[in-house]
Amino acid sequence: MPDPEAIAAITAGAVLLTIGYSVASRRRRRDDTRSALAGPRGLNIKDAIRLEKPIAEVFSYWRRLENLPDFMTHLVSVNQTTPTRSHWAAKGPGGMKVEWDAEIFNEIENKLIAWRSLPGSDIVTAGSVNFDAVRAGRSTQITVNLQYEPPAGKAGAVVAALFGRAPSQTIREDLRTLKQRMEAGEIACAGPERSRR
Amino acid sequence: MKAVRYYGKEDIRVENVPDPQILNPRDAIVKITATAICGSDLHIYGGYIPTMQHGDILGHEFMGEVVEVGKDNNRLKAGERVVVPFTIACGRCFYCKDELWSLCDNSNPNAWMAEKINGYSGSGLFGYSHMYGGYPGGQAEYARVPFADVGPIKVPDSLSDEQVLFLSDIFPTGYMAADNCNIRPGDTVAVWGCGPVGQFAIKSAYLLGAERVIAIDRFPERLQLAASEGKAETLNYMEVDVEDELRAKTGGQGPDACIDAVGLEAHGTTLDAWYDRVKTKMYLATDRPHALRQAISACRKGGTVSIPGVYGGFLDKFPLGAAFAKGLTLKMGQTHMHKYMPRLLERIERGEIDPSFVITHKVTLDEAPEMYKTFREKEDHCIKVMMRPN
Repeated sequence: MPDPEAIAAITAGAVLLTIGYSVASRRRRRDDTRSALAGPRGLNIKDAIRLEKPIAEVFSYWRRLENLPDFMTHLVSVNQTTPTRSHWAAKGPGGMKVEWDAEIFNEIENKLIAWRSLPGSDIVTAGSVNFDAVRAGRSTQITVNLQYEPPAGKAGAVVAALFGRAPSQTIREDLRTLKQRMEAGEIACAGPERSRR
Repeated sequence: MKAVRYYGKEDIRVENVPDPQILNPRDAIVKITATAICGSDLHIYGGYIPTMQHGDILGHEFMGEVVEVGKDNNRLKAGERVVVPFTIACGRCFYCKDELWSLCDNSNPNAWMAEKINGYSGSGLFGYSHMYGGYPGGQAEYARVPFADVGPIKVPDSLSDEQVLFLSDIFPTGYMAADNCNIRPGDTVAVWGCGPVGQFAIKSAYLLGAERVIAIDRFPERLQLAASEGKAETLNYMEVDVEDELRAKTGGQGPDACIDAVGLEAHGTTLDAWYDRVKTKMYLATDRPHALRQAISACRKGGTVSIPGVYGGFLDKFPLGAAFAKGLTLKMGQTHMHKYMPRLLERIERGEIDPSFVITHKVTLDEAPEMYKTFREKEDHCIKVMMRPN
């Protein structure tokens, strides 16, 4: 059986190689997230999870961006500076902090939140989360899309450091943490070390 | 505290380890008064369960006194006497709300391991490998119980430890096996395996309305208990052809339901049983499903095969064709403990059943290493081992 982790690592590696080759040619348009993140470039992660919580509760938890580092392990902090703008910090390589400003450019209450980094950031990134009532309204499904590109000239190490060698597994565990926090009210652990991949 | 730890195949040691602590808001710490060795612990002892690590604390059948609770646990108080279910469940996810407690989404911190093997993960379990969470077990002086505001059931002082301890696993497991058979008045139920779960499946089948129960094993003392306590008709598969006998006893029709209370280490006298032994010894197969093959073959058309016995991997020569041809229903899985514990405590309180009848050995925790061996070899007519921490 192919090891999913190995496949994820190879895929991430291929993505990063592509990024490395295209960094120079992209430098002039990297301030525009739509252009910089268009097509197959960058690290592109998509995942979904269902929660037994009302859609409004899940939406408002996510909309309070300060909550995101509680389950997204690559984030150090998110601070909302205006109703639509926020400052993000993530764990970069070698203890370095990667920071950027972002804006919410699309928001539909209980349906969608979409954000992107602003010009002048360390990193080019965009993300969105969709909220859908499923199973006749009993459960809420959230679908997350995240895109990251490293700063020009800093190769792939920055993005690689954010998500480790298995980005899809990292986001899977992040969403599982969110689900446990919202449904069970605590994160399951077997011992004091609280191991998490 | 003292705890029973796993150090590899057939290597069990009693050692001192740090006492458990409250780690999460819904936790409780239980001071254990009684614990037991389960037949499924023998699968670990035999080296059949993957993702065990050296030093893991074993045991998932235990009860005791609450000594400490987490800040969000509003249901338990220090001093209360409780029996703890072997499955760990949050009580709030899709599966818990649907009474499929052993499939809880939120209690296995290592769900990714089980997902790689099974697609999706079941609940966390006490003392039963890292694939099921790596939770320290209850063959110890103390245990940390997660989600203790929905799991442990309070038991009255009028009932002894011996009477209520088996609410932790084997009584509900035998009962769910029978419940899964959708028994109707007049039904005949055949039970493979007269170990503790088989004994409770026999009694539960009668409690749920079966007219006849036929019990199959090879150990005289187990068959005798099935007959004397369980009121079952018995078949020793070393002496008779089980399928012929079942056919004869049911007028050529076959039992309405068959329960496989044996699981992945079945013994048998037929060619396929020896084939399984050779393949598992050579690591070419993980399980020996002889009892299950026979249950499927013996079951009447349109009947139910219920599987409380544990299976861990890939089955060879599995007669799905026979199951299909006869339109069988197959029911299986870890027990939905939280669903069954309250109603079974009521049955004990009403005197409909006294689960202590399976106990053959009462020892202290220090004797665990010998008792694993005794239980596995069925020496000294061993059927069920209860242990006290001191």
